[in-house]
Amino acid sequence: MTATSHSARKVAPAALHVETSAQRGGTFRQRLVQRAKRDRILLVLAVPGILLLLLFRYVPLLGNVIAFQDFQPFLGIFQSSWVGLQNFSILGDAEFLNALKNTVIITLIQVVLVFPLPIVVAILLNGMLSERIKRIVQSILYMPHFLSWVMVVAITQQFLGGTGIVNSGLRGAGMQTIDLVGNQHWFLTLITSQVIWKDTGWATILFLAALSRIDIGLYEAASVDGASRWRQTWHITLPGLRSIIILLLILRLGDALNVGFEQILLQQPAVGLHASEVLDTYVYNSGIIGGNWGPAAVVGLLKGVVGVILVIGANSIAHAFGEPGLYEGRSAR
Amino acid sequence: MTTLTRSAASTPRKSRRPLLQAGMPPESLLMRVVKTVVLVLLCALVIVPFVSVVATSLADQQQITQAGGFVLWPTHPSLLAYKSLFAGGVVTRALVISLLITLVGTAISLVATGTLAYALSRPGSLGHKPLLLTVLTTLLFAPGIIPNYLIVQQLGLLNNYWSLILPVAVNGFNVIVMRAFFMDIPHELTEAARIDGAGELAVLRHVVLPLSKAVIAVIGLFYAVAYWNAFFNALLYLNDNAKWPLQLVVRTYVIQSVTLSDPLNSGPVPPTDAVQTAILVISIIPILLVYPFLQRHFAKGVLTGAVKN
Repeated sequence: MTATSHSARKVAPAALHVETSAQRGGTFRQRLVQRAKRDRILLVLAVPGILLLLLFRYVPLLGNVIAFQDFQPFLGIFQSSWVGLQNFSILGDAEFLNALKNTVIITLIQVVLVFPLPIVVAILLNGMLSERIKRIVQSILYMPHFLSWVMVVAITQQFLGGTGIVNSGLRGAGMQTIDLVGNQHWFLTLITSQVIWKDTGWATILFLAALSRIDIGLYEAASVDGASRWRQTWHITLPGLRSIIILLLILRLGDALNVGFEQILLQQPAVGLHASEVLDTYVYNSGIIGGNWGPAAVVGLLKGVVGVILVIGANSIAHAFGEPGLYEGRSAR
Repeated sequence: MTTLTRSAASTPRKSRRPLLQAGMPPESLLMRVVKTVVLVLLCALVIVPFVSVVATSLADQQQITQAGGFVLWPTHPSLLAYKSLFAGGVVTRALVISLLITLVGTAISLVATGTLAYALSRPGSLGHKPLLLTVLTTLLFAPGIIPNYLIVQQLGLLNNYWSLILPVAVNGFNVIVMRAFFMDIPHELTEAARIDGAGELAVLRHVVLPLSKAVIAVIGLFYAVAYWNAFFNALLYLNDNAKWPLQLVVRTYVIQSVTLSDPLNSGPVPPTDAVQTAILVISIIPILLVYPFLQRHFAKGVLTGAVKN
């Protein structure tokens, strides 16, 4: 590390390395060796993390080749026979189509019903309370986010199951009991309520941060002009949240085909597959449990590809509307 | 972005408060009452189930039956359910397994994530761009259940506890959050240490780490909670139920209402309401214990600052 680089980095850390290596001259190879020498500790530090990511996030992608195989676990990837596109006939399968339908319905419901709730709660929280009370309420509302789905489902059963509070009340009033946790007609309501209970509080955290960034002067100016609180919320608060709302919508869209895998898997035995099978549970049930490895891998592969397309598509739409979207940071840094 | 958030969330915010109230027209009393009632109801919705679960675990069966499974205050509190759970070996064993996986996993995750985040915190260093891209791309897609299963199988990790740790040890999002935090540490501080002759590792240990307690606490909590709560990977990779962590035991006892055969042979514990809620309490307690210490860091914008980056 030279003395010039010290002083230069203080001013412009990003531009520094380019400059110095150009000044030093030498062949590309020499410069590379110099940089490697200078950054060797950083490079060593990156190794464990990068290796783990490569091994468990990139290498597994190769496993998708079994979508084109008659995969047999005891033969493995290298011995199993290739069958071309034969596995893709699964896409016409009734069970698969049912899983796809359920997935889309659950996503739509959750985007429409679940997504806006934290915005409302954040505005409620922001508007009135003293800092102290606000923090207490926040701590309480964040809490369920840290419970596992096993616990949330278990608690739900305690409350809504055959002997739970709702049915005890109904029985007490001499009315017919409803099995809320084991009834396919209630399944959508059930899982949506669970998602709301678990994650609404936590989801306010980003909106609250965005709210705290809104210029207070805007509210003052508006109230001088005689704007009511409702109008201020509509014309100042909501526009101030626009970027973060769009960002989170993009992330949600990219996740459109992931609908609470653990949550649903845990409750499938109670409601049956017709109402509760979604793409992920289908891959698990049909592929790993049922042994239809190839066709299930097709579903998993297509699901991944569609997911990436959705994120990139949603991001381009955000850019088209002049919003930073998801990738802003990549170019900025 | 990051600096903005953090400063907005700490000091200037408080001084701004009165201004906000002065600037806005006073809310009608009705609105205030409505808002308060809504927020109190929301908090009750979260708290009541917790209280009820704890109360049920302490109540006797007679009271539980009378109350129809919903107890808010045990009239004759007893630790019977807990005693019978810990008398057998299943829950104790699962608890130890879960604690070990959580401790070892969190340690490995923090080291691998922290070192990678630090390595990526200096734009312009050799290989910075491709390495950063490698991390960012993982945010876009996940390999999926079957490819994950195949790699764990190929590595010979099936039915091995490492299958619950290594595949999830590094989370790209957490790397990015930590990196953003490291990049915000004033360069003057690290430079001063370097001029004093400190090497890269010494700077990391004596300057960067002491300043990064908040982000380490939050990311550590995320990892710990993820390890503690994981149930599906254990279901997928561990086929011997003697190796099951707590979440799978909870699932069997409470959701499926089935008992597991007990290695201590003291006879299986019946899944009564009290026992079921007791095992829930056991699995919630560790989270409740660490939560208060860590939740204050959330407010400091550790997370929100990095989201944009």
